[in-house]
Amino acid sequence: MNQMNTEGYTTADGRKIGGVLMEMKNITLRFGGVNAITNISFDIREGEIRAIIGPNGAGKSSMLNVISGFYVPQEGEVWFKGYKRGPMKPYEVARLGIARTFQNIALFDGMSVLDNIMTGRLTHMQTGLLAQSLWWGKAEKEETENRAKVEKIIDFLEIQAIRKTPVGRLPYGLKKRVELARALAAEPQLLLLDEPMAGMNVEEKEDMSRFILDVNDEFGTTIALIEHDMGVVMDLSDRVVVMDYGKKIGDGTPDEVRSNQAVIDAYLGVAHD
Amino acid sequence: MTTVPQGALQSLPALLARNVQSFPTRPAYREKEFGIWQSWTWAEAAEEIRAMALGFLVLGLERGEHVAIIGRNRPALYWAMIAVDMCGAVPVPLYQDAVADEMAYVLDHCGARFVVAGDQEQVDKVLEVQEKLAGSGTDVAHIAYLDKRGMRKYDHAKMNALADVQAEGRAAATRLGGELDARIAELTYDHTCVMLYTSGTTGKPKGVVLSNRNIIETSKNSAEFDHLRTSDDILAYLPMAWVGDFIFSMGQALWTGFTVNCPENAATMMTDLREIGPTYFFAPPRVFETQLTNVMIRMEDAGRFKKRMFDHYMGVARRIGPAILDGRPVSAMDRFRYWLGNVFVYGPLKNTLGFSRIRVGYTAGEAIGPEIFDFYRSLGINLKQLYGQTEASVFITQQPDGQVRSDTVGVPSPGVELKIGENGEVFYRSPGVFVEYFKNAESTASTKDKDGWVATGDAGFFEDGTGHLRIIDRAKDVGKMADGHLFAPKYIENKLKFYPNILEAVVFGAGRATCTAFINIDLTAVGNWAERNNIAYASYQELSQHPKVLETIAGHVEEVNRSVAADPMLAGCQIHRFLILHKELDADDGEMTRTRKVRRKVIEEKFADLIDALYGGKDSIYTETEVTYEDGRKGAIKATLTIRDAVVQPVGQRMAAE
Repeated sequence: MNQMNTEGYTTADGRKIGGVLMEMKNITLRFGGVNAITNISFDIREGEIRAIIGPNGAGKSSMLNVISGFYVPQEGEVWFKGYKRGPMKPYEVARLGIARTFQNIALFDGMSVLDNIMTGRLTHMQTGLLAQSLWWGKAEKEETENRAKVEKIIDFLEIQAIRKTPVGRLPYGLKKRVELARALAAEPQLLLLDEPMAGMNVEEKEDMSRFILDVNDEFGTTIALIEHDMGVVMDLSDRVVVMDYGKKIGDGTPDEVRSNQAVIDAYLGVAHD
Repeated sequence: MTTVPQGALQSLPALLARNVQSFPTRPAYREKEFGIWQSWTWAEAAEEIRAMALGFLVLGLERGEHVAIIGRNRPALYWAMIAVDMCGAVPVPLYQDAVADEMAYVLDHCGARFVVAGDQEQVDKVLEVQEKLAGSGTDVAHIAYLDKRGMRKYDHAKMNALADVQAEGRAAATRLGGELDARIAELTYDHTCVMLYTSGTTGKPKGVVLSNRNIIETSKNSAEFDHLRTSDDILAYLPMAWVGDFIFSMGQALWTGFTVNCPENAATMMTDLREIGPTYFFAPPRVFETQLTNVMIRMEDAGRFKKRMFDHYMGVARRIGPAILDGRPVSAMDRFRYWLGNVFVYGPLKNTLGFSRIRVGYTAGEAIGPEIFDFYRSLGINLKQLYGQTEASVFITQQPDGQVRSDTVGVPSPGVELKIGENGEVFYRSPGVFVEYFKNAESTASTKDKDGWVATGDAGFFEDGTGHLRIIDRAKDVGKMADGHLFAPKYIENKLKFYPNILEAVVFGAGRATCTAFINIDLTAVGNWAERNNIAYASYQELSQHPKVLETIAGHVEEVNRSVAADPMLAGCQIHRFLILHKELDADDGEMTRTRKVRRKVIEEKFADLIDALYGGKDSIYTETEVTYEDGRKGAIKATLTIRDAVVQPVGQRMAAE
């Protein structure tokens, strides 16, 4: 059963990248008669930062949703940690070790930052509803342990000052950071970021980039991200998949992708003559 | 309180040992981390400090060497300073927001071989400095860092985490314990306790060498003056490189044995202040000003009932509060009114500000606006002023309970002698007087005479009757105008700065016929006003040049002119023309010191074109200014500034009316 590829590679800055964590084999996804994704294959290796880029409507978000298990492709196979994955419920995906953030923030506006991040720990809690509402015995101990983990993340992302602030009152850039915090709270092996820098100013982008690199470095989390900002993508990622009209048109290191003629054409357009 | 003979307490490590013996289980340090106040008793802290000191010995720290300490206020960094003292070496705390250039000068000047850095940001700066200093003889041999975050990929040949240094120290306890005990035992009153670099309004910073005698005597005297207790709590949030923090969080804390609380980070300081509710608190006027501005802005948004109740009881407080605080006779009815006010307004307000438990509060560094000062005192907060310097180990004068006023700085602190020189300059002599400026005998000689009298550089006088000292200005800034009138810029600037809309002001006029001023608006206050009046603005620069803002500021300037005109000595200092600067004066651009005092010379040179325009009669001027961003990069701001005339009072005529 286990087909995990154990050989890895070493990045330019000396990080060791491990074997294949997730592999997409010949994925095709259709909505009615529309082919959102056509026959795409690529892999995500342990410890790497993998970007998926492409012009608007290229099928990036669909691809992310296939990875997260939200969409089940009509053709092709998704292999995760050496096992072939079937249709799954969202909580099953979370338990497998996959967490994500959303393009248009999906936090609980009325709840505090702390409570929002605590929801990320949900898959790690075992005690039942009764014990938790009575705050008794194991439930108390469990909550304390989880709170400690959450506090580590709050410290890591430097959001101590807004710990008790309701999320609805926060500016956009901070909300994005809280969402990242919640995803991290689940202690994922694979973290999916859907346009983490969208709508941010330069300073917020720099902060976010630093946090993404730090997460990867400090927790060894594998990261797959979709992003429009080419500068950010080229600086952050180890390998890039380029999509256009649902097809893969490039795959490789940022430098390889940058010099790929198909990619240049897709982004800049081709002269019709 | 203690069984150890006082004579033996000649160093901070000795005080630590006494505290461990006298009250081992009382909390010594607290720090908010991971959402919880972590605390260390004196016994636990002493164990950590000893491990750190042993770790430094393992690294080869020699007697008399300097160890730079850079970071925000954290218990481990305070411990590092005591540990360095234990080894017979000298701790040199640096300003954490210092840019690499400033740091390079200090590290090179004191020749630090060891650096204790708070986090990655500080380590990066030290590494940058290290490259610059390569080959100059100063070589940072080892960096110990506190926060491990982001440090994994660094070359650790010459650095290590502070916790690992401690671990190595613990492992070497048997081998080096004897050596450490011997080094602690040799410490006397004459050994250097700490070296602090003064920010210096002029020229390069100077290293002020303070001995154990300076620190311990001063701490003892001042702690007794204000009856500090073991049960007191302070919040350590002011820069560790500043002498005040060293006296409060190290000297007085070790002498008295009270608890030092460190905030989680700079952004949570206000929340942490509220949670701790310090009983002994120090803040520069700026902090009190900001808090008052925030309260007033929030009250503007309150409902009509709350607003009226607030206004009514604040009126009551202003009338009765100070009298109660000073112990003057107050009628039973007034006491009852004040009590009601306390239930409805003052109590909750103080709680929100974090001042519920305060017994002694100090402010110093700059003049504080009388209405700000009175606001806090009327709430029943015992806010007082002190006057001090790094060279005096802080205390020169302070206000005793019951004799507190906003316009004086108090009477000489215990053990301090004062005299006024012929030119009006204040001189002092005390056990706290510094040993010398490090490697700068010339400056030492020009500041301290052979009898130990030190020139403060400030001009002042004793008030008749009360014996309180009043400070007018820096002695060297007090000058003459072209017509011979006295020119005291700081005096005028302070009057301007008392307006919430004005953050900073710089007045020019020495040797000229008239006075002119640069003004910085306060973005919080003016921004709030703009919001209320539907005035859109994109930047500080745009808001500062808005005609209505100029109008308001002109009003303030004219009010100041009226009040200055009433004083025949200073009537010549009225401001004839002013402009609002297009950028905030900033320490990163060298326009202010790290303690936020304006550097007149720098500003005069940098903005020479603007000064020419002020005196040249133009209505507006185009200018470009270089600015330094927080990460050290440079950029330029371009702006066209409006210059306004202000109405001045004819000198001498209004005197009868006032």
